[in-house]
Amino acid sequence: MDQSRRELLTGAAAFAGGLLLVSARPADATPASMQAAIRNMLGDVEIGKGKVSLDIAPLVENGNAVPMTVAVESPMTATNYVKAIHVFNEKNPKPNVISIHLGPRAGKASISTRIRLADSQRVVAIAQMNDGSVWSDEVNVIVTLAACVEGL
Amino acid sequence: MAKPLINVPAKAKRGEVIEIKTLISHVMETGFRHSNIGEFLPRDIITQLVCHYNGEEIFRADLFPAIAANPFITFHTVATESGMLTFEWTGDNGFSATGQANIAVVD
Repeated sequence: MDQSRRELLTGAAAFAGGLLLVSARPADATPASMQAAIRNMLGDVEIGKGKVSLDIAPLVENGNAVPMTVAVESPMTATNYVKAIHVFNEKNPKPNVISIHLGPRAGKASISTRIRLADSQRVVAIAQMNDGSVWSDEVNVIVTLAACVEGL
Repeated sequence: MAKPLINVPAKAKRGEVIEIKTLISHVMETGFRHSNIGEFLPRDIITQLVCHYNGEEIFRADLFPAIAANPFITFHTVATESGMLTFEWTGDNGFSATGQANIAVVD
């Protein structure tokens, strides 16, 4: 009787602990839609860290126009160049931000634009090289005034 | 009609990497908003910008609703020869705009 009570208690504690783990996870896990969009764009490839630098302010006041620069380390020669740069976000209504297609004539793999951010979130930049390798960088951005909420 | 602003250096050395800046006025309506009387605002964005250098494509960008209004895009290219850069924006509802800039390349 006593034994089963103890078992029951430890079992319950373990279950609660497991529940806590599960519920704590999604907070820093990548939302599935962004992951799906990345896979959709790039296929099932290994994404390395490095080579790409995503330059975006970590604290943004107005999410309606956030300046962003993506630069990729590459000599940009005919045999070694950046084929494409993709930017994704995790909490806007749609995960895609921009897709850039470059060639060796770009000379320098660096682009900038202004983007919208609907919430504080992670922004990911991914570069696709001509040899098929894929590199990425990410930045956590805090947004005080979100895009998309204001009416006209 | 939206007149784009294009900034390309007028003169460059052969082989020099030049910066190109483009700005076009457009609402870039996301298709996720409602007006103040609750009417749904359909998506109206620019979906693509293509740049050709003497007829050869050097840059192409696919834009999504997450690009801010009045898309401002900066990129680079190598000044290979004198000639013309042409820019073409296309978008929803048959939107289309073009622009061009001349460049003189010196040795």
